[in-house]
Amino acid sequence: MENNPFSLKNKRILITGASSGIGRAIAVECSKMGACVIITGRNEERLKATILEIGDDKVQYIIANFAKDDDVLALCNKIEDLDGLVNCAGLTKVLPFNFAKPSDFKEVMDVNFFAPAELTRLLLKAGKIRKKGSIVFISSISGVLCSAPAASIYSSSKGAVNGLVKGMALDLAPKGIRVNCVNPGMITTDIFSDGKIMQEQLKEDMKRYPLKRYGKPEEVAYSVIYLLSDASSWVTGSNLIIDGGYTLL
Amino acid sequence: MDLLTFTTNFADQFEETEISAFTPNTNYKELEEWSSLIALSIIAMIDEEYDVSIKGDDIRSAETIEDLFTIVKNRK
Repeated sequence: MENNPFSLKNKRILITGASSGIGRAIAVECSKMGACVIITGRNEERLKATILEIGDDKVQYIIANFAKDDDVLALCNKIEDLDGLVNCAGLTKVLPFNFAKPSDFKEVMDVNFFAPAELTRLLLKAGKIRKKGSIVFISSISGVLCSAPAASIYSSSKGAVNGLVKGMALDLAPKGIRVNCVNPGMITTDIFSDGKIMQEQLKEDMKRYPLKRYGKPEEVAYSVIYLLSDASSWVTGSNLIIDGGYTLL
Repeated sequence: MDLLTFTTNFADQFEETEISAFTPNTNYKELEEWSSLIALSIIAMIDEEYDVSIKGDDIRSAETIEDLFTIVKNRK
C-alpha cells in the first residue's frame, strides 16, 4: 500500500516487555507494519518465542530486568537511534489496600513507573530518540478512569504513568517528540497467572464489558501503531481508551 | 499454628458478620458478607501471618475455616 499514513516502514522502534502479552503483540504487529523492532524483556526463551512469531531472526533482542537499575542503564547503552519507544513492561500485585505495604508499592512502581521513566530519560539524554519521534506508554483504565477491588497498587502506578505522559509531552514538544498513553481495559494475557483471581471471577467480570469480552493483545497493538505512525503527528499528551466500552457504564 | 487464632484472623477480614458466626466448622462461602474482596483479604492475611501463598482455587476447594486451616498448615 502506497502513501499509508499508518505505515511504520523505516522506523526503528524499541518495545519493552516484549516477551509476553501486550508487548509481544505490539512487537509482532509493528513488525508487520514495516518497523524495525528491537525487543526487550526479562526472559530470553520468551523473547526468542516473540522473534519466532515475528518470523525474522534478524530482530535484535536485549535481556533486561526492570526491577534492576543497572539493567535500565545497560539497555540504554545498547540502543541506537530510535523513531519510537513503547514502554510496555509492567506487572500487577493484587492486594487489598489494608495489606499494601510500601515494599509492595515499591515492587510495582519500580517496574511500572520508575524504570520506564528513567529509560526514557536516559535515551533522550543520550540523544537516541530522533526528532519527530513518538513515545507510547501502556497505562490502563485502572488508576485513570476507574479501579478494581484490591487494585490500589496497580492503579497508583498507572495513574502515575498517566501524569508522567502529560508532563513529558509538554517538555518534549519543542523537540517535536510526541508522548502518548494507551489505556486498555482488561486484556487476555497471563497477568493474573498467580491464581489469586479465579477464572470464574474473570468470566463474571467479562460480562460487565458492553462488548461482552476482554480485549485481545493485538487490539492494543493497533492503537500503539497509530500513535507511533505519522497518522498521529498532531497527537501528544493524549489518552487512547481501548476498553470495549467498560468505562461508559 | 493453631486453629483458634486462625479462625480469629479469618474473622478479622469481615466487617458486618457477628464474631459468633465464626467457628472452625463455619462454611464461609455461605456467609452473606462473603465477597471476592474478602477472598483476596484472606489470601493476603495468610501470606502476611503465615508466610504461605494460597490461590483462589484453594479458597474455592475448602468449605470450612478448618479446611482452609489444614491447607495452610500443610504448606508451612
